[in-house]
Amino acid sequence: MARQVRAGSVRIQARGNAVALSGGEAVAYAMRQIDPDVVAVYPITPQTVIVEAFSESVAEGKVGTEMIHVESEHAALSACIGAAAAGARAHTATSGPGLALMWEVLGVASGMRLPIVMHLCTRALSAPINIMCDHSDAMAMRDLGWVMLFGENPQEAYDQALIVQRVAEHRDVLLPSVNVIDGFTVTHSVEGVEVLPDEVVASFVGTYSPLYSLLDPQRRVTFGALDPNEYYYEHKRQQIEAMKNALPVVAATLQEFGELTGRHYNLVEEYRTEDAEVVLVVMGSTAGTVRIAVDNLREDGVRAGVVRVRCFRPFPAEEVAQALRRAKLVGVLDRSLSLGAPGSSLYLEVMAALSQRMLSPYLVNVVHGLGGRNTPVRIIKEAFSQLRLMGLEEQRREPILYLGVRE
Amino acid sequence: MELKDWRSLPIGSVVTQPGSSAETETGSWRTSRPVIDFSQCTHCMICWIFCPDSAFTVEKGKLTGVDYDHCKGCAICVVECPKKCIVMVDEPRL
Repeated sequence: MARQVRAGSVRIQARGNAVALSGGEAVAYAMRQIDPDVVAVYPITPQTVIVEAFSESVAEGKVGTEMIHVESEHAALSACIGAAAAGARAHTATSGPGLALMWEVLGVASGMRLPIVMHLCTRALSAPINIMCDHSDAMAMRDLGWVMLFGENPQEAYDQALIVQRVAEHRDVLLPSVNVIDGFTVTHSVEGVEVLPDEVVASFVGTYSPLYSLLDPQRRVTFGALDPNEYYYEHKRQQIEAMKNALPVVAATLQEFGELTGRHYNLVEEYRTEDAEVVLVVMGSTAGTVRIAVDNLREDGVRAGVVRVRCFRPFPAEEVAQALRRAKLVGVLDRSLSLGAPGSSLYLEVMAALSQRMLSPYLVNVVHGLGGRNTPVRIIKEAFSQLRLMGLEEQRREPILYLGVRE
Repeated sequence: MELKDWRSLPIGSVVTQPGSSAETETGSWRTSRPVIDFSQCTHCMICWIFCPDSAFTVEKGKLTGVDYDHCKGCAICVVECPKKCIVMVDEPRL
């Protein structure tokens, strides 16, 4: 149903603008509307969809973007860093091994406080070589000072592309931000995506005015100078503050976006948790599968629920703990490994969030979907039933469940 | 020099004033230092040109010495000196 909402001074028709787009094309659509000054990319599966679609906009003159075809992902992000230091709005996109090659400069982008936007189409890290989705790439950048939002479907790939632009450039944040979408499952799935009119996007993302610019002759500055031991720690302290600030900024931006579009998102999203005894925590495209499993289990009288984490960096510890405060059995779905650790990334962070607040449900790490391993509803229901068995019988308890692997 | 707290510093370690490196000592991790034999020096300024840290001091067109607060001991000057009148001396021996 169509309804009128306000976007700055523009009144728009928020609903009914559905276009058939894959997740990758949806991101490229948003990028065309944002019209970044610079896009530096190196093609890699499954991110290629974005690059192909966006380069058409460049070729057709629909954007003013300087698109730089670089020799590697390290160079792609380095080009974005140079452009952003000059005061440009810069985007890049990558996947798995490409992100791994960016690793050194990921920290440079955030340390220099450059609000670069990245679209990460998740892909398993090699070896063995694999082009399919898991979160091992995204989790490897979790400590490097990027704001990270995990989307679930092509619609969210589009919406988050606009949202991270605003978050990154907020004066209280000024951190690079990444729109994380699952490779293939989202990037290559075509759905009806409700797009906003160009002028509404232009008004929502606004124009970027950098705090410092290499190209401002009135206010000359040096970027990237040596920061000796007398200063490095203080600059890291500033990044801690920026990350802290980012949490309310993400929340407020999601709310503003909801008012604009009718698509209401949160840092953490709960589904049927109000009386749930057994809850799965999830990020990314698996969330939809878990909701269907919960609906099925509810029909059988099982009080199951889902807590979906959208904002992974900064980690909304309070919101996660609040969402889980009533649950007795909690499984945390991780789509990556932290080899040698007592559990994978999301599990350990959920555990810390609960432990800091003296909450102690029975907490299990549920590893799934590595290297694109399919996770159908049946497998998720199996996770729920194993969790419930562990809740009933103490001798069955294990800290980590490897879901869907051939034993 | 007074060290500022994190709230008072520009973010992103951006340097807003030119010449700030003059105020920051960056020679502390040197393990050996260049010493000039002025009896052979012709003041050709090759060392001054090649020094990556602008650590050679000059007055009225003549080389006067090395700024050891900024020299990192890379020894490029030793290699480039056409008169071979700069030698590296281990710091512990000084």
